[in-house]
Amino acid sequence: MNFYPDIVNKVEQKSEESVLQIKELSAVFPNGNGGLQALDKVSFSVSPQEFICVLGPSGSGKSTLLRILAGLLNPTDGKVIYQGADICGPRRDIGFVFQKANLMPWRTVLQNILLPLELENIPALEADRLAREMVKLVGLCGFEDTLPRDLSGGMAQRVAIGRALVHDPHLLLLDEPFGALDALTRERMGTELLRIWQVRRKTVVMVTHSISEALFLADRVLVLTPRPGSVRLDFSVDLHRPRNDEIRYTREFNDMTRVLRNAIG
Amino acid sequence: MNFNDKQKHSFQKMHNSYMPTVILAVIFLTITGFLWWLISRLGNYPSFILPSPLDVWNRFVVSINDGSLIRHSLVTLKEIMAGLAFGVSVATALGYALAKSRTFEKLVSPYIVASQSVPIVAIAPILIIWFGSGISSKILICSLIVFFPVLVNTVVGLRSIPNELQDLMRSLKASRWQTIFKLEIPGALPVFLGGLRVGATLSVIGAVVGEFVGSDKGLGFMINLGRGQYDTALVFVSVFTLIIMAMSLYGIVILLEKRLLSWQQSSNDTILEH
Repeated sequence: MNFYPDIVNKVEQKSEESVLQIKELSAVFPNGNGGLQALDKVSFSVSPQEFICVLGPSGSGKSTLLRILAGLLNPTDGKVIYQGADICGPRRDIGFVFQKANLMPWRTVLQNILLPLELENIPALEADRLAREMVKLVGLCGFEDTLPRDLSGGMAQRVAIGRALVHDPHLLLLDEPFGALDALTRERMGTELLRIWQVRRKTVVMVTHSISEALFLADRVLVLTPRPGSVRLDFSVDLHRPRNDEIRYTREFNDMTRVLRNAIG
Repeated sequence: MNFNDKQKHSFQKMHNSYMPTVILAVIFLTITGFLWWLISRLGNYPSFILPSPLDVWNRFVVSINDGSLIRHSLVTLKEIMAGLAFGVSVATALGYALAKSRTFEKLVSPYIVASQSVPIVAIAPILIIWFGSGISSKILICSLIVFFPVLVNTVVGLRSIPNELQDLMRSLKASRWQTIFKLEIPGALPVFLGGLRVGATLSVIGAVVGEFVGSDKGLGFMINLGRGQYDTALVFVSVFTLIIMAMSLYGIVILLEKRLLSWQQSSNDTILEH
């Protein structure tokens, strides 16, 4: 008994091709004179297992966008539809990687990665197994019992990535995860993230202000305008996968870099 | 003999830093005692003005033998423990509420600060009138004096937790209790324990102030008694007992810190600089 078969079909189709839809998202932060507008009608959608990078100058509301997607912040206007439902408030099947590693200093590497599983009350044995598997995946074998104070910046960020993935979320959000690292470590972590993503395919939205990082990692790059941020360019990165470091030195890569550089302005 | 690295390390540590401190402390204590003896001897003071170390020791033995020292110490210890427990629990609970709600903080904090400008010695007599000269008024005075440092450090400790970690817990949909146990308690603990360290030493003062004002037992009463009878040696015995109590309490908190905060950068194992 279907009165509107066409519409229903359309909706189903839509939810099949995109897990995440951002519709006319605006965010205004209250301040003295009328409010500070961080985002202005941002719209885009993300397909399952797609890797999206959001690129933009400082203050273009990139982090605001990500915090809204994580449910940490409510938009002033607009909608985020995730797997067919509005996002209102945080959800457990989202993994979030912060700019700083943001580890609990009193927890060891393993315990930090265990945290999301503990919060979900997963039996200790199973949780331990999953966490150790994750330690291995992020390349920190032998550092299970190390405290964050003894980790380098790159290692700490590996733990943060492990923590964001250990409860097997569908959506991974990364907020300039390598922004605090030095250039060389940063490049290496990009490669690592790609490797990890190829093992655990997730839908990823990552905020960055490095063009080469965005091109190297993403299927699609969204360029935001300066404040208030809106989508200036939706750019598909047609570089074949699996990618390796060599790709950074190809002609195509260079051409795309130029396009994105010009779009940022 | 097979030591692994850790054992070797701790052995070395003991030899390098721990043992000499103990020896130094003993030497220093001996010198102080000797100087004290020398002054009392050379000055030829009567015992009620400055008793010699030997007089104090003899008085100590007497008061141990007649059971009075232990009896009075236990009373004071009971007051301290109850006062600490009560003061710390109220301060922690209120501190949590203050740290969580700015409105509540604005509403209540003027009163808390105002209450701190009143010397405890001034309100102790009133509290004795209200709550009697029994143990409960002492416990109350003791907890009042413990209250403030613990409260302030609870608030500061909770506020010192990075917002990003709060966001992390929120993004993982942690419940209120999960956030308290997995983030807020461990996160606030270093600063909180600093407050407890101050509170523990102050608690001794609180109990004695209470006993001074009105009591017929406890070390404060013993001091009063000694003073009234020109038994200055007894005053010394009581004061030393109080010092040992305060130092033990302090030491317990330090041990607690070492135990619970082993994840922090190891401090240089001094008492005050943590």
